[in-house]
Amino acid sequence: MNKHKGAGSSLPHHLLRRFGPLAGLLLLCAVLAVLSDHFLTFDNLVNVFRQSAVNALLALGQLVVIVTAGIDLSVGSILGFCCVLVALLVKSGVPAGLAIPLSLAAGTALGACNGVLLTKLKLPHPFIPTLGMMNVARGLALVISGGFPISELPPGVRFFGAGAVLGIPAPVLVVVLFCVLFHLFLTRTTPGRDIYAIGGNAQAARLSGVPVDGRLNAVYALSGFMSAVAAIVLAGRMNSGFPLAGAGAELDSIAAVIIGGASFFGGVGSVGGALVGALIMGVLRNGLNLLDVSAYWQTVVIGVVIVAAVWVDVLRQRASRRIGE
Amino acid sequence: MDTQTAPLLRLENIWKRFAAAPVLRGVDFDVLPGEVHALAGENGAGKSTLVNIAGGVLSPDSGRIAWNGRPVVLRDPRAARRTGIAFVHQELALVPQLTAGENVFLGRLPARASWVRWDEVYSRAEALLSSLGCEIDPRALVGGLSIAVRQLVEIARALACEARLIVMDEPTAPLSGRETARLMDVIGRLRDRGVSIIYITHRLGEIYDCADRVTVLRDGERVASGTIAEMPEDAVIRHMVGQVPGLPARPERPGTRPTLRVEFPDARFELGRGEIVGLAGLAGSGRTELLEALFGVTPPPGGIFIEGRPAAIRSPRDAIRHGMALVPDDRKAKGLVLSASIRANLALPSARRFLIRKGAESEGARRIAAELRVRADDLERRVAELSGGNQQKIVLGKWLLAEAGIFLFDEPTRGVDVGAKAEMYALIRGLAGRGAVVLFASSELEEVLALADRILVMHRGRIAGELPAAGATGEKIMRLATGQG
Repeated sequence: MNKHKGAGSSLPHHLLRRFGPLAGLLLLCAVLAVLSDHFLTFDNLVNVFRQSAVNALLALGQLVVIVTAGIDLSVGSILGFCCVLVALLVKSGVPAGLAIPLSLAAGTALGACNGVLLTKLKLPHPFIPTLGMMNVARGLALVISGGFPISELPPGVRFFGAGAVLGIPAPVLVVVLFCVLFHLFLTRTTPGRDIYAIGGNAQAARLSGVPVDGRLNAVYALSGFMSAVAAIVLAGRMNSGFPLAGAGAELDSIAAVIIGGASFFGGVGSVGGALVGALIMGVLRNGLNLLDVSAYWQTVVIGVVIVAAVWVDVLRQRASRRIGE
Repeated sequence: MDTQTAPLLRLENIWKRFAAAPVLRGVDFDVLPGEVHALAGENGAGKSTLVNIAGGVLSPDSGRIAWNGRPVVLRDPRAARRTGIAFVHQELALVPQLTAGENVFLGRLPARASWVRWDEVYSRAEALLSSLGCEIDPRALVGGLSIAVRQLVEIARALACEARLIVMDEPTAPLSGRETARLMDVIGRLRDRGVSIIYITHRLGEIYDCADRVTVLRDGERVASGTIAEMPEDAVIRHMVGQVPGLPARPERPGTRPTLRVEFPDARFELGRGEIVGLAGLAGSGRTELLEALFGVTPPPGGIFIEGRPAAIRSPRDAIRHGMALVPDDRKAKGLVLSASIRANLALPSARRFLIRKGAESEGARRIAAELRVRADDLERRVAELSGGNQQKIVLGKWLLAEAGIFLFDEPTRGVDVGAKAEMYALIRGLAGRGAVVLFASSELEEVLALADRILVMHRGRIAGELPAAGATGEKIMRLATGQG
């Protein structure tokens, strides 16, 4: 952002807002590189990236929702439903080339339901429709699967979780592709800018002619679509569709977006930040594994990091307000 | 009235500034025991600030406050209440989920050893309410009561606190004629009990129905004070408005053809190209509501015709498509996305393609910024970093970029400094000069008189009358706005 060179006292604040999460990630990596010989190997880093892929994909959808000052609690359950759906379809003989688009469409439709419930029924807060959808989608996943995992998927689905192109794992490529698309969408298109405007001030956006309800419907549909994308990647990696896939993943995705510098109050957040947020969580889990910290303690550490990241953000904003005055 | 009585409350030489702008300049004010003292003045004259000081909500920068002849410091509303001063708020401070009786004794429920004595709560609440002529069940939930009855509950609460002075800030604004008459009766009963009242209203007639004395504030100064016998209505209006500086009359513009015609049940009017029409009226008279209905923010209650053709306006988006623009009254809440850049804010209504054309947007933003003389070195900076006057120019600028032809302004100079005000007037005149249709609402009479070719005056949600700029005076506007026309 060389545009900000003339911005005087707000320069460090802009840099901090923009690169604070990245600095945190690099610091974390540096510490782990010192503590563990295995951390800074190519194979391990690719592994971290691959393990973070599902969370990163969910976080992209969640990011767009949070930028509108919303929240989507249903992403983990929609992931579970689509995971089972794609497995059932391919098992019943539908070719992967058709089963995958159908599953993506199903995830998008469930997400769109969230948006319509919010904008047409005028439910008071996106928490409510997405909490409902979290239960509905999880229930549907259990219903259509009978509660059992569906294993041994064809290569067309497995590729997205376990395949590789030129040595780069397919999940990593999927994440990179969608990060680029989302970044372009949010920064270079008018609907993308409308989304920031809605989160920054919905009333002003409406008075400026932004079709607020339409944009919100699209945003929740997009989040459902990303849940389905994550579902394909997860089904491919696990070589199965299991109905409890993604349980609790909604909270991980929210954590990644918030650690990445987005604001719960809307209007602020970036693709780079969300990706870094997902990677911080992945690196932390990986590093704690390498250091032989028990999975139980890992959960404690992740919890502390989420609160600490937001607290740092609060301090940052307080500092910038002082600069502003 | 015995003027020898020592005042219950005396405010002396009260000064108060907000962000360096003086709102009260050495005001003296007193209330005698058992007296109803009305406070009159235009919006922004300092009435609310003065009573907020009396109620402990604000503290004065300098000045003395005495209660029963003894100096007091009203540190906060609790201290004021302990002293014996109670507020009946415009937005009522009751808990709708609780009963009327519970609200009357809120925070001080009669209890023995922490066990609430409900019989006593309700019998005492009932007695207090019926002493105000209000026969409701004190076990009724406040949420189900009308505004008028809630007010009585709040007055009963003040009495339960043994308040000796009750401040009423525009209590009749939300009331019907019959409810207003009942409140006048209640005020009489309170006076008979020896309770003093400070009464703020925009409806001058009420002053003569209930008050003993009236004090007029203008621009933060006390300009007149006396018994109602000494201060007839036209004297009060004259003091409220003050001397209108002689402004050069704008030339008549004959032959403007109506281009926006509005046919709402309560508002029928036409606006022509190149014409500046002012929308005057007191706070709460419905100016903002009228502009928002025209702009499709709320469903328009009647027909809107542009160039003679009916315009279907169901949303701001529709209005914008018809070339309309709204500069709202609260730029931070309604006008700007503070977290977004200057460029993004300017481009928001006009960008229609899927891809942002950053080069074209920057060029347009630079052109508008230069035209409006926005003082900003970098158009990628957040709007939040601009001053109030420059922010207001951005709100206007986005409509210039969208090439709107019908401009609706709601309090276009609220909260901007004097220099920015003058610039805004010049811009509005410039728009009209280029053939735009301009309708602007303002609560500042000088502004309406200086800018408008024609003035529509609102009273209680209706257009109460229309005045040509030639011959319009502040007094004439005030008469229509207060329902005296």
